[in-house]
Amino acid sequence: MSVKVSMKVNGKPVSAEVEARTLLVTFIRENLRLTGTHVGCDTAQCGACTVLMNGKAIKSCSIVAMQAEGGDIMTIEGVAKPDGALHPMQAAFKENHGLQCGFCTPGMVMNALDFAKSHPNPTEQEVREALEGNLCRCTGYHNIVKSIMAGARAMNGKI
Amino acid sequence: MNAPLIGARVQRKEDYRFLTGSGQYTDDVEFQGQAYAAFVRSPHAHATLRKVNVEEAKRAPGVLAVYTGADLAAAKVGGLPCGWLITDVNGQPMKEPPYPALAQGKVRHVGERVAVVIAESPEQAKDAAELVEVDYGVLPAVIDAASARKNAGIHDAAPDNTCYVWALGDKAKVDAAFAGAAHVTRLEFVNNRLVPNAIEPRAVNAQYSRASGEYTVYVASQNPHVERLLMTAFVLGLPENKVRVVAPDVGGGFGSKIYLYPEDVVVTWAAKQLNRPVKWTAERSESFVSDAHGRDHVTVAELALDKNGKFLAMRVKTTANLGAYLSTFASCIPTILYATLLAGQYTTPLIYCEVTAVFTNTTPVDAYRGAGRPEATYVVERLVETAARELRTDPAELRRRNFIRQFPYQTPVALCYDAGNYEATLDAAMKMADVAGFAKRKEESKKKGRLRGLGYACYIEACGIAPSNVAGSLGARAGLFEAGEIRVHPTGTVTVFTGSHAHGQGHETTFAQVVADRLGMPIENVDVVHGDTSKVLFGMGTYGSRSIAVGGTAIVKALDKIIAKGRKIAAHLLEASEADVEYANGEFKVAGTDRKKTFGEVAFAAYVPHNYPLDKLEPGLNENAFYDPANFTFPAGSYVCEVEVDRETGATEIARFTAVDDFGKIINPMIVEGQVHGGLTQGIGQALTEGCRYDASGQLMTGSLSDYCIPRAGDVPLFQLDTRETPCTHNPLGVKGCGEAGAIGAPAAVMNAITDALGVKDLPMPATAQTVWRTLRPAA
Repeated sequence: MSVKVSMKVNGKPVSAEVEARTLLVTFIRENLRLTGTHVGCDTAQCGACTVLMNGKAIKSCSIVAMQAEGGDIMTIEGVAKPDGALHPMQAAFKENHGLQCGFCTPGMVMNALDFAKSHPNPTEQEVREALEGNLCRCTGYHNIVKSIMAGARAMNGKI
Repeated sequence: MNAPLIGARVQRKEDYRFLTGSGQYTDDVEFQGQAYAAFVRSPHAHATLRKVNVEEAKRAPGVLAVYTGADLAAAKVGGLPCGWLITDVNGQPMKEPPYPALAQGKVRHVGERVAVVIAESPEQAKDAAELVEVDYGVLPAVIDAASARKNAGIHDAAPDNTCYVWALGDKAKVDAAFAGAAHVTRLEFVNNRLVPNAIEPRAVNAQYSRASGEYTVYVASQNPHVERLLMTAFVLGLPENKVRVVAPDVGGGFGSKIYLYPEDVVVTWAAKQLNRPVKWTAERSESFVSDAHGRDHVTVAELALDKNGKFLAMRVKTTANLGAYLSTFASCIPTILYATLLAGQYTTPLIYCEVTAVFTNTTPVDAYRGAGRPEATYVVERLVETAARELRTDPAELRRRNFIRQFPYQTPVALCYDAGNYEATLDAAMKMADVAGFAKRKEESKKKGRLRGLGYACYIEACGIAPSNVAGSLGARAGLFEAGEIRVHPTGTVTVFTGSHAHGQGHETTFAQVVADRLGMPIENVDVVHGDTSKVLFGMGTYGSRSIAVGGTAIVKALDKIIAKGRKIAAHLLEASEADVEYANGEFKVAGTDRKKTFGEVAFAAYVPHNYPLDKLEPGLNENAFYDPANFTFPAGSYVCEVEVDRETGATEIARFTAVDDFGKIINPMIVEGQVHGGLTQGIGQALTEGCRYDASGQLMTGSLSDYCIPRAGDVPLFQLDTRETPCTHNPLGVKGCGEAGAIGAPAAVMNAITDALGVKDLPMPATAQTVWRTLRPAA
């Protein structure tokens, strides 16, 4: 069964005919060819596919595209400024060496953006708890925690 | 004068693309006319294939082809080769049973590939894979490594499931030393099987062009040239010059992406059969059963000491589980990279190690971060700590009594350490960890009803593998040099090509720092290219913490040639003798004068050779170099772990972790710290949370990230790190390598701390809350 889905992605309206079972992450990666959103597992554990839906961080592997109908999606490709300058959270990851292979990074950044809205000056413990659903195998989280603490302060509650 | 770049915390060149979603991993590559593969995998650990019926699958919507082992056999596609020949105690070669890309007649582990379905979409391929009917004749499974030899052989070529029995050292002398020892410490333990779990699953996308007869294979690999060599020369019989292998951005490896895998072979072969590009990307469930696993040793280890606590001898007997088939480097991990490290940082004069490597009905086991060296360090450092407790001696003091202090040092297990200063890292680690204040912290924990413990690990590793002739004499079927090329452009900017491969290590930055520093130019003028056999001249790839020591040295050698040629060109331009021209800070200068030419002017003259010694010198400024190391490098360090155990739940918290490493010269401390953080966390994962388990029938019980616990952010602390520097004596940068240290030293440090907290001799890894709670229970 195929269905038509329409939503806004990174500020642009998009629509496509997809199979009903198409996951949101598949729609983003395969239909829209926005390959910055990654798939690292099949049990909604790793968080590499995290995007913002209506401002809230969600794992795009755990809903079908239809459930995002009419929604406002932001992926990692929509985070930097239009002139290409890094968003303060992205810049904080770079400055604090908060990434190595880069595969979990988009999910980390998207989750951090949502978290930082409500935590403008988070503690180390708060950041670690917020990362429960995002796995990284390279960094030991040390510098990701530092990045998010610095990025959140730089954002001061605003995306 | 430019500030020195070697030793500077330069931010990474690769970060912008990764932070903006512009990285290109294998699954991101989509060719025109792309088709997709799905593999049918065995649900049984051990079974005969009575019948494989693919007819219904072939008729399913969108299906282009279904292939089985019979199709590959008919096409004369070979089995996967093993890259290291071990010779056993009787001088016989190890048993090498065939490792077919798709099962032939029998399956030998859950997840083994039985057939492949190729379709117009990934969903159609997966749907049709469900329609392949396989009639399995289920056989008893051999799972337990320790008893594997007593079972019927899973391969005809190895009737007692034994690949080899191998030994290193003089058994008679070691036994005699034990007989006369004042004290013997003995431990029996399992070094737990681990699943690497790089966050990017493996993937391959192969395209064939009838027009050129060329293949282009994108693959998540740590060593594209080795992948190409193995696939073309040993499996598919293709001309190497017709195959381009690209390992683009790769999302972590940790060893698991070194090997040639059956999926790579099948997809590449199928691309030509169908004249369509074919892509396969693993689902995580497939990764768990088909990526090579790590560790899995059953060991009895003994240390003999004299009455003064001097180590007299060590005796180690290990059974290593190789899984169902010989993965690419499986055979050398529990031998060459394990037994040779058993001297550790100590002067133990006599060591004997015997290793029995067995086949079982489990996923193949190969190198995983550290590869043999974490297992060796675990043996040595658990023994030493336990001996200290038994002798009521301070564990740090016992170590100091036995440290190697004179270099070069020839160990009794073949390696010759070139340099080290073990006292320096231990002193620094103890100070940074505030070992002096531990008793007070333990008292405070006790007041809260918690148990606090402290453990050390003083590790050594052999990195920068390896002098090719030495490796060859030990059974390596490959050379282990590295290649590099420096291409200077007419305007003086530089592109560096390296045979090393980065999958998180930041080589694009580190190697650019080396080159920019040596040439005295801004780092923006230097770019590093890796991971593409059509661009890079050759490469052996990245594993064993070898990239800066071997790959970096190849680049330095090429740089030396660039500067040497530049001096000749500059001498001509400056009308001076070549001997008088020196190079510093980006300028060729006649010594003692102000006459000079910039690097850019010399580069321009090389490519616009109007005023140029064409009779003596070729135009252009482009040099390459191959470097074969003279010895291994020997990074070493001291780790101090402090844990707090909750008596009620058994949960262990890493209260403090201090790591002081000696990596020799450090190019980028920021990147090195990141490598240590990651390594430590994988080591802590092995000690506390990660344990791959099979049931008796061979079903993987830890087959997802919900069941197999890789550490999460809440499982690890902020680490306290420092370094001490004893430069490597045999490479020009004085570097040793840093990628695996954390994973090598951490497990022993954590387990030494937990056993200290609980007051028990030993505890199995992973020391999960349940394991610890059960241990505490009888006392409670």
